[in-house]
This record gives sequence, structure tokens and C-alpha cells, in this order.
Amino acid sequence: MTQTDPRALKLLSPSLAFILAMVVIPMAFILVYSFYENIDLAVDRAAFQFGNWQELASDGYYHAAIWKTLRLSLIVTALAAVLGYIPAYVIAMTQTRHKWLLLLLLIMPFWISFIIRTLSWIHIFGSQGAVNSLLMALGLTDAPVAMMYNEFTVIVGFIHVFLPYMILNVYVSLDGIDRNLEPAARTLGATPWQAFVQVTLPLSLPGLAAGGLLVFVLTGGSYVTPLILGGPRDFLFANLIYDAIVTELNWPMGATLSFTLLALLGSVVIIYSRLMGLKQLSRALS
Amino acid sequence: MRVWYLLKFYTILVYGFMFAPILVVLLLAFNDAQFGGFPIQGVSLRWFYKLAENDAILRALKTSLVLGLCSMVIATTLGILAALALVRYSFKGKDIVTTFLISPILVPETVLAVGLLIFMRWLHMPRSFGLLVLGHSIIALPFVVLVVQARLTGIRTDYEEAARSLGAGPVQTFFSITFPLMLPAVFAGALFAFTLSFDNITATIFWRPSGMETVPTQIFGMLRNSVSPEINALGFVMICFTLGVPILAAGLARYFSKHKI
Repeated sequence: MTQTDPRALKLLSPSLAFILAMVVIPMAFILVYSFYENIDLAVDRAAFQFGNWQELASDGYYHAAIWKTLRLSLIVTALAAVLGYIPAYVIAMTQTRHKWLLLLLLIMPFWISFIIRTLSWIHIFGSQGAVNSLLMALGLTDAPVAMMYNEFTVIVGFIHVFLPYMILNVYVSLDGIDRNLEPAARTLGATPWQAFVQVTLPLSLPGLAAGGLLVFVLTGGSYVTPLILGGPRDFLFANLIYDAIVTELNWPMGATLSFTLLALLGSVVIIYSRLMGLKQLSRALS
Repeated sequence: MRVWYLLKFYTILVYGFMFAPILVVLLLAFNDAQFGGFPIQGVSLRWFYKLAENDAILRALKTSLVLGLCSMVIATTLGILAALALVRYSFKGKDIVTTFLISPILVPETVLAVGLLIFMRWLHMPRSFGLLVLGHSIIALPFVVLVVQARLTGIRTDYEEAARSLGAGPVQTFFSITFPLMLPAVFAGALFAFTLSFDNITATIFWRPSGMETVPTQIFGMLRNSVSPEINALGFVMICFTLGVPILAAGLARYFSKHKI
């Protein structure tokens, strides 16, 4: 059965070579570059020194950014789980003929431009946004209330974009549960709540975990959402990478920070795959 | 049952949360006012006319379309071959190969972008359109593999075996049996790859040569504390386009499957 077919290798080799050249080797280069020395704007020298790593280890600015990123990613993940579980449950359990429509609507955001979806929140919370114009129309306030460009709008923007991942993952695992289990628990004397908590919820945990992993990793690696919806103090770790590479042209430091982010988020993925395996994830992504 | 109604109500609220801001963009595209926000001061198409005259946006649109098509071709070609190998053949270490194939998704996009950029710098190759094409292809490849793989699993191999036993060669079998059967999978994968490229901003900001803008980076550059009405109009056009193409494709696929054979 596990005889290697030479044709499989032929079909696979272009993709494997492409990923090797475009992902694996560049990742090694990030590590190498993190030991280089930055001399001036966009000028660096090949070296083997730990200056960048020492700066990362000693500067509290970077530590604060790491904590902020982990904290914000956790908040977004938890809120996405709370917001997303019930819709996933309703879609999985509903008897209506319009289930396809609910699922279609869930996939639709993936086809709508990320940047349009993100900036749309300026129309809601901005000084000319829906909330402010409603408040002013009702006479509750004379001048626009400042609600934009803070951590709250960043969190809302993240949840808005990543929620479909969570709902779809939970839905997939809920949909795979045997429909007779909950009624069986009920006939054995469980209340509806008990039946849910002791039967359905545990069986849907793989989906919840897969959705949570995706939301956590995607949030933790973002920098565009804070730039659009956040204030000057609402930056994530990836924003520091953006600053180092695009603004300061300090490539060695950018490499050091990138490798750190890779290690942080990579360890989350590794812990997940040890616990759950990556099968669930690849099933959910398709 | 009361609980069920509450859950349904909650679900409707969540759907409202997901779509209300998008509907606001669609609505404000027709606002006649000078600024891109509320209040609405009458309906007009003037921002669409303004948009059609904006050379910077039109140039960005052209760049995005060419970029999307190029990376679509690369990612779809590689992805189909890999998916075929995963579905049709058994080989050692399939799980590891699958993980490797989806690894570009597991690397944070910012890190992926910086890595490739540094590698190019080491090779003394400046940022270029080619880098964008290759980069977008690598971002789309895992998704193409997963989508095509999921659809290929549903195709039975009986027809191919029949064709082979009737004397068709492997190449002939592929083009007259396998390929037509997997056409919907190819279509889905290609569309996905195009959308991923067309929508990408995170990595594009790092990879683009100075002066080159794609539609998302152009919009990003135009955001200065407020949303200009032209962006709303552009948002309207993009939403219609990116939603219209897959719906049209699905409709066509359904039409052809009904009227064939």
C-alpha cells in the first residue's frame, strides 16, 4: 500500500520545490540576517554578532509589544468564539430549507476585499459615521463623539474579518456529530443544557480549537488593521516589523523581529498540532 | 423552544454585525455629499464618474488584474498537480507532504513577506513585479491544493480505467477524461487564487517596487483619517466584481452541467 509511486513524485516536485525556494530557504535567511549588523539606512554588513538579539532582549518597548500582541490575539480569539459558536450551532441544527443561504452568506465575506471590510468601520464609528450621525440626529450630542482609532475599533475590525473562519470551523465539527446523541442523552435523563454541555460541546471542541488557532495566528501576525483602525499606541508586534523594514530600512532588526514572531506563533501552531493534529485544520480550510 | 428563538435572534444579530458595515459602504457610494460619510445628501453617481477619471486607481486596477491572472496561472497549475498526487497515488510520508504543502498558510504572512524580501536582497534582486507574482502564487498555492483536493476526492476513477482499457494513452486519457471531469475543481481553485492575489495587502506592501500600486495598496494610501467618497464608489465596484464573478461562475457551471450529455 505505502509503495511510493514515481508518478506521485513527479506531480509533487514542482510544488515542493517552489515552497522550498519561496518559504523554507527564506525562513533560514531571516535567521542568518538577524545576526547581521545594521550600519545606516538600508546599509548592513554581513556579520555574526548578537547586537539585534540583545536589543530585543533588553528593550522594554519590544517586550510590551509582545505582550500586547498576545493579549489582543487572545481577546479577539475569545470574543470570536463567543460570538461565533451560537450561529454555527444554529446553522448546524436548523431544519429550514434556507440553510444553504446561511452558509453562502458565511463564505461571502471571503470574496469581499479585506481592506474595504476593514475601512467600513470608519463609516460606523468615525466622526462622520453612522453612530455619530444617529446621536446628533437624536440631539444627544452636538459635536461628534470620538470613538475611532483606539483598541476597541481594532478589536472590532479583527473580529469582523476573522469571525467567518471561527463559525465555519465550529459548524464543520458540529455538522459531523451524530444527531441521535443529544436525544439519547435526554432519554437518559439529562436536561437540554446538560445534554449540550456533556455531549455536543465536547464533540465540537476540535472545530472550536481549529477556529481559535486560525483567529489567534492571523491576528497575531497582522499589522494592517491597527494601521487603519488604531491610534498611534495601538500597534502589534508585526507593526514593529513593518516599521523596521519599510520605514527605518533596518533590515537586520526587521529580520530579528520577524524570526521572533515566527517562533512565537509557530510554537502555538506546534502545540496545537501536537494536541489535535493538522488534519482538522486542512479539512476546515477547504 | 424559547431558547431556540433566542439563539436564532442572536444568529441574526451576528449576521447583521458581519454585513451592516459592508452595506453602509454600498449605500454611501451613491451619496452626493462632499465627504465620504454620513449624512446622506441625495443620490448621485458623481463619485463613480470621478472614479472612472482617476488615473492612479485605473493603473492600480490594471496592475491588480494582471498580477491576479499571472499568479492564478502559476498557483493553479502547481496546485492541481500536487492535489492529483495526493488524491490518486499512495506514497510514503503523505501526511508530512500535506503539512509541507500547507506550510505557507502556517507562516504569518508578514514573516513570509520579510523572508522572501531578505532572500531577494541577498540575491541582489530588487523588488519587482515578478516578485509580486511569485509571492502571490506561494500564498495561493496551499489554498488551491486544499480546494482542488477536496473536489477531486469525489471523482471516481472508473472512467479513466475504462478509457485506458479501450486503448487511450495516459496523456489522451488525462485530456479527454480526467481534465473535463476535474474542470469544476480547477475553476474553483483558480478563482480562489485570483481572489487571494487581488485582495492581498499584507505582503504586497513589502514586495511592491516603489511607485507600483495594486488596488488594495492604492486604497490604503488614500486613507487619511477619513474615507474619500471615491473609495466608497471603488468599494462598490470591487464588491460587485468579486461577488459577481464567483456567482456567475457557479451559475455557468450549473447551466453547463444541466445542458451537457
